[in-house]
Amino acid sequence: MIELTFPLSDAAVRDLKVGDPVSLYGTMVTGRDAAHKWLIDTFIKKTRTPQGDDAQAIEALTPLLKGGAIYHCGPVVAGLDTKQYRFVAAGPTTSIREEPYQADVLQHFGIKAVIGKGGMAARTLAACQSVPAVYLHAIGGAATLIAQTVTRVVGVHKLDFGVPEALWVIEVKAFPAVVTMDSHGHSLHAEVEAQSRAALDRLLKA
Amino acid sequence: MRDLTNDILELIRRTSTDLPPDVEQALGAARQRETQGSAARGALDTILENVTLARRDSSPICQDTGTPIFIVRYPAGWSTRALRAQIREAIAQATKKAYLRPNAVDSLSGKNSGNNLGDDTFPTIHFEEVEGKTLTIDLLLKGGGSENVCAQYSLPHTGLGAGRDLEGVRRVVLDAVHQAQGQGCAPGVLGIAIGGDRGSSYMASKEALLRPLDDVNPDRALADLEARILRETNELGIGPMGFGGKTTVLGVKACGLHRLPASFFVSVSYMCWACRRRRMIADGDAVRYSDRSDP
Repeated sequence: MIELTFPLSDAAVRDLKVGDPVSLYGTMVTGRDAAHKWLIDTFIKKTRTPQGDDAQAIEALTPLLKGGAIYHCGPVVAGLDTKQYRFVAAGPTTSIREEPYQADVLQHFGIKAVIGKGGMAARTLAACQSVPAVYLHAIGGAATLIAQTVTRVVGVHKLDFGVPEALWVIEVKAFPAVVTMDSHGHSLHAEVEAQSRAALDRLLKA
Repeated sequence: MRDLTNDILELIRRTSTDLPPDVEQALGAARQRETQGSAARGALDTILENVTLARRDSSPICQDTGTPIFIVRYPAGWSTRALRAQIREAIAQATKKAYLRPNAVDSLSGKNSGNNLGDDTFPTIHFEEVEGKTLTIDLLLKGGGSENVCAQYSLPHTGLGAGRDLEGVRRVVLDAVHQAQGQGCAPGVLGIAIGGDRGSSYMASKEALLRPLDDVNPDRALADLEARILRETNELGIGPMGFGGKTTVLGVKACGLHRLPASFFVSVSYMCWACRRRRMIADGDAVRYSDRSDP
């Protein structure tokens, strides 16, 4: 088990290989569909002008994302009434939906780790090589277990996106994941896809 | 007519936080099959630990508590309007108690309603009047990751060499599972409907997911098809979470529907390993819950 504490150095990222089990520590930011579209439209492509508290949010998030981690997660959160937030259930969501955005978001903010489930495709894999960055696969559905590794909810941005889609800043301790896409161009997902394709072809010939 | 709101709240709590024993058992058996030290085995270890923690702490197994799908079978004398109001109230309360995540998003404005209540289709509620005096409510919490990899085929399908017969069904289902890879949180459960129109076919494939994993289809041909698809999907090697491994699918449940001469649909509903289902049975004043939805 390799322990990783955010922010990560380039050297730490380069040391990671597909198949390595990792245990995560430090600060990470959740962000999924609405967050990625917001980051791209407002701050990268700039097709949308910043509105409301956008400027404030990005100022707080930018230093956290530099060398940091974005976690594809829409949590169940308790304490919404009192703002004494607590993560109750917080497993990963399917990452492939962010494929159109992820490479640009990684490059723009210097993010070193994407945490999610199901893996991502060629553009993200290429960005993992150039940034460098890694894709860390959390266990889908293991939501109560992962929530118990969240030691503190530091804050939340863009809560107007709704609880699942907001960007939550959290501190974690011993968050379990596996490297499935590394910074050397290897992807476990591409490998399993190819092997299962060959198996499917055999079964359809029968 | 008594108010069932609190009983339905308890149905939701159980469904979200307490995985049915047949599913847990299938996950345990899958764990034994995977090689020690493999990512697949590690994934199943984490999954099984999570199932235990969620039950102990009464917290959601998965943060995506999904679309709540209720199937209500009521004897004469019950008001479906009152039952709908009670179900909706229980959903809002369950969301407040963090048994459910607020999941109802207005597709046009993008606004999350915050209490899991949307229009009449969210939560989904089906009513059917039945004989006798017993009211049953089945609940399935169907997550979005697995919903996104569901597939519907119109046969014949030239690319897959699938004709209008059970061999054709087998071929398209294998394709659907290959396409899903690990995205639907494998190892999953497959609900398959053969026939119907596009709408009834998908609905029947979802209802098939209510069957316990260890039951046997009373139709011999469908029982054989289920067994063969279970064996062959596991030969694909996609494995838990798509990490590669021996278990890709935990169970296969198929049914047939009448169809038009012109149409032959096959609907494949993919349910994640967190196959969250429960039945509530109200008999007079007595309410009980069952892990099994078979009669």
